[in-house]
Amino acid sequence: MDSQTRREAYEQRQRRRSIVIASASTAVVIATIAVLVPRAPRWDRVKKSFFDGDIFADSFPRLLEAFWLDIKIFAWSVPLIFALSLAIAVSRNTRSPALFPLRAAAVIYTDVFRGIPVILTIFLVGFGVPGLFESRAWSNPLIWGSAALILSYSAYVSEEIRAGIEGVHESQRAAARSLGMTSTQTMASVVLPQALRRIVPPMMNSLVSLQKDVALVSLIGPVEILRQAGLDKSKLANFTPYVAAAVIFLMVTIPCTRLADYLLNRERRRTGATSVS
Amino acid sequence: MRSNKLMAVAVITTLVLAACGSDDASTSDATADTEPPTTEAAAGDACSNTIEDGVLTIATGNPAFFPWVIDDAPESGQGFEAAVALAVGEQMGYSGDSVTWVRTDFDAAIQPGAKDFDFNLQQFSITDERKETVDFSAPYYTANQAIVALNGSSAEGAASIADLKDVKFGAQAGTTSFAFITDVIQPTQDVFAYDDNVGAKAALEANQIDAAVFDLPTALYVSGVEIDGSSVVGQFPAAAGGTTDEFGLLLEKDSPLTPCVNAALQALSESGELAAITNEWLSEFTGAPVISE
Repeated sequence: MDSQTRREAYEQRQRRRSIVIASASTAVVIATIAVLVPRAPRWDRVKKSFFDGDIFADSFPRLLEAFWLDIKIFAWSVPLIFALSLAIAVSRNTRSPALFPLRAAAVIYTDVFRGIPVILTIFLVGFGVPGLFESRAWSNPLIWGSAALILSYSAYVSEEIRAGIEGVHESQRAAARSLGMTSTQTMASVVLPQALRRIVPPMMNSLVSLQKDVALVSLIGPVEILRQAGLDKSKLANFTPYVAAAVIFLMVTIPCTRLADYLLNRERRRTGATSVS
Repeated sequence: MRSNKLMAVAVITTLVLAACGSDDASTSDATADTEPPTTEAAAGDACSNTIEDGVLTIATGNPAFFPWVIDDAPESGQGFEAAVALAVGEQMGYSGDSVTWVRTDFDAAIQPGAKDFDFNLQQFSITDERKETVDFSAPYYTANQAIVALNGSSAEGAASIADLKDVKFGAQAGTTSFAFITDVIQPTQDVFAYDDNVGAKAALEANQIDAAVFDLPTALYVSGVEIDGSSVVGQFPAAAGGTTDEFGLLLEKDSPLTPCVNAALQALSESGELAAITNEWLSEFTGAPVISE
């Protein structure tokens, strides 16, 4: 106790008070919801339609199995998204006049694919491109659904990478060039290593978002979790399978989001900014 | 500063509790006011119990497809379901201006909130599971399932279900057609599912599937009009191990109108009017080779 300064004691009191207020207001909010919602005049119907325990237990294993397809699509799309968006971001940052067409193409690409809703890209690519092929293997909707996701997400992620590249101070380039490095060497061994560190948190956010958008591939045929939930919903005329699917998504996305937050905080601590409450 | 913060918390808490209290009161008032008359009316003249007084609100799909509704204009009474709906309405005592149409999809039809239609028809199959959540009328049509395939596909010439095991299938998700593929045909390849028949048609044209399953009238229309170079490979009558698909009018669970709608359908069926409507709109949609078990 004696080692505690008056300031530290004051801060501790403040912290305790914050905790009490936070707990009290949380309790009030939860109690309000718990009391009010079941009193809504049609709560019984909503409960039966969305929170039927038997249906939940029945559909959960089927949904979990269907979720495996989502994970597979996600797993093979991520490396390709990263490769494509890195290529686009680097193209956009080239400075040679001869490479203007490359820069222009990169700008047009990001503008177009960031501007089109993912769902439309999936429909257009997923049903449009396969018509070009004779062979069934090449018209597989998994290929073209994934291609649509990769096209859309690369447009977003390349912008994140570009922001990271532009966030590296110009003096770093100047120093590298003055040491005699070529612009390619500068990019590869000075700018990119610093840029990629910074973009981990925003990229995690994009990946969480991709994890959910993978479900849109179901629109062009494959039966993954969202579609399986829809099938169960139609069969039973009950929305509980959707709630079960939401729970499965949360089981994956919440840890991902927490990891992104953790990385963001670590980055903030590392670069020395303090938080203000 | 500190006291301000505490004040704010106190004020918010009071407001929340107040809101809680008043909402409570209004809820119980509402129940007390409205419920008894509803039951009384149901016991009296069931057919007058529509969501809007004196008006029958009928829902169908958006868009509604041929031959169920012609030109997506159910008001005209053109098309099988449009004609059935208007005939049922007339039996119930609603015709002309006292009938209005709204559009819903399947999800809007089964959501637990208050419905914005009196009855809904868009080839809803009657199943026991669905009856847990919604009411169905007696069936107004029984459809066989049928296979549409591109000419030259591996489904062509199939005469039995065994011939169809290696075919790549697709169908609209959540329909009897989809359940028919997974439960009855049980093909070796994964079945693809689509939001609507349009998706299944797109997949056929994109060569992503060999064959799609529809109810027979839709199948004949799809192959005859919409997709060049396709044909109906066959249909599956219930007698040959198929799944019958009975279409019913969908109503809100425990709707006071259900008995009235059933009485209307029964009258239409007894007078032969339902058969006449079926003949008028669907007679050209029954011929196709039969596939057996």
